[in-house]
Amino acid sequence: MKAAVTSLDLSHFRSHKRAALSLDGRPVALYGPNGAGKTNLIEAVSLLSPGRGMRRAGAEEIARRPERLGWKVWAAVEAEGAPHEIETRAEAGQTRSVRIDGKAVPQVALARVLRVLWLVPSMDRLWIEAAEGRRRFLDRAVMSFEPGHAEAALDYEKAMRERNRLLKDGVRDAHWYAALEGRMAQAGEAISIARRAAIARLVAAQGEAETAFPAADLALGYPDETPEEAEGLRAAFAAMRPRDMAAGRTLIGPHRADLDAVWRAKGVAARDASTGEQKALLISLILANARALAAEGGAPPVLLLDEVAAHLDSRRRAALYDEICALGLQAFMTGTEPGLFEDLGERAQRFEVTETGGESQVGETT
Amino acid sequence: MSEDREAIDRLIELMARLPGLGPRSARRAVLHLVKKRGTLLAPLAEAMTEVGATARECLNCGNVGTGDICAICDDERRATGQICVVEDVADLWAMERSGVFKGRYHVLGGTLSALDAVGPEELRIPRLLDRVKSEAVSEVILALGATIDGQTTAHYIADQLPGVSVTSLAQGVPVGGELDYLDDGTISAALRARRTL
Repeated sequence: MKAAVTSLDLSHFRSHKRAALSLDGRPVALYGPNGAGKTNLIEAVSLLSPGRGMRRAGAEEIARRPERLGWKVWAAVEAEGAPHEIETRAEAGQTRSVRIDGKAVPQVALARVLRVLWLVPSMDRLWIEAAEGRRRFLDRAVMSFEPGHAEAALDYEKAMRERNRLLKDGVRDAHWYAALEGRMAQAGEAISIARRAAIARLVAAQGEAETAFPAADLALGYPDETPEEAEGLRAAFAAMRPRDMAAGRTLIGPHRADLDAVWRAKGVAARDASTGEQKALLISLILANARALAAEGGAPPVLLLDEVAAHLDSRRRAALYDEICALGLQAFMTGTEPGLFEDLGERAQRFEVTETGGESQVGETT
Repeated sequence: MSEDREAIDRLIELMARLPGLGPRSARRAVLHLVKKRGTLLAPLAEAMTEVGATARECLNCGNVGTGDICAICDDERRATGQICVVEDVADLWAMERSGVFKGRYHVLGGTLSALDAVGPEELRIPRLLDRVKSEAVSEVILALGATIDGQTTAHYIADQLPGVSVTSLAQGVPVGGELDYLDDGTISAALRARRTL
């Protein structure tokens, strides 16, 4: 089973006034000087999944300047043996809308068509920075296994925002809290179950594989004691009301979860490993994610690897390419030099990205 | 010339504010009215004036009528001990069209939303709790939307009515509907609420 973007059209998307890529499912190497617009291309692919994409940008930020007309990404994708057309766009001053096969759908519907996973330079510090980044990384993996996760997360988020508003406004209506907390507890349980299942699958997929990347033991943790099943969570929310009210927000729950990783072979926590090893660990997890999906006969994810090749030694780089090709993944990779992708040979499509007068050009090269 | 049209333009502008109408359809409607001044426009204006002068919300349940107490609340035969709670007057009228429910209603006028600053006070919930006591109510039927906010509101109300039977409408396959056309959520709700034949 394959999953790939087969055509990608950008219109007024950041530095690209127009760009059209015709793709055949092989990995995609994008090279060109800094600031040419390589990352913008893969950011467009990241918007074929729910959320704000790999830069976490608002719709307004993405519009090409100086026109600021709004933007559009159109893609033809092949997923689970069926072709789909995805269009996502935002008119000036509006939020982004999504159409799948010509029908307007909510953003979360994207998770059911294409799984997209990414690694970007800002994630280099993922293991040492705040839990939020790790949680988001985990949730993207969870969503690839369990598309319904996006809906549960949204449901939880929405109820929590309401509850936080009550806390901030000093509302003391216990019944109102109970109604919202019931919803949060129910969605929270679904979130935790999906997260634990995803972690188990990642760990299993790492254990079985022949890979040049280090395997990690993963665990779900919380800053404070947090029950995961609905009844316990509901009681905990109720008990926390006074403290939450003093803080003006919800202090415990799945929204505070953290992903802990320990490098299995060395017994070292990920945050204590070297910068290079930390990155290798992330690559390992993304590959394990792809492997787990492939093993279950589902559609593998599309990978977006921004500036990843340049930070690996040549042995690991070659190993990464081999594993991507062995899994039959469409990985979009960026780098400043075409030489970085030499090892891929005929196994990849290559595009040169250049920029003149603030406008990016993309051309396929051989 | 433009001065003569001022009143008509104002009418078009007002009509365009109605739900379901835009500037184009408002223009069409007004032109039609002007053409049928005698048979439609004048009676319409008269009816509007009358409704404008007499329409009000029922002090008891929030239904719209022409008296302080609506016809349903005024009808002793409808004191069955059942109150059906709905979000809007439109929902009440939909229930009434079906003609199946013989009790009384309570219109909330929306759903709880902390973010939109809609609290229990804005929703006539305290009034509902009073009514449950004063009207000897034995069952409260929550006929709220199957939306997230609707369900939060339902839980909120149910939580405050211990000792009274609180029920909600079933969710599932619509009458005359085919399974094929249902979304996953509806099918799973229908399966959970299955019953023995």
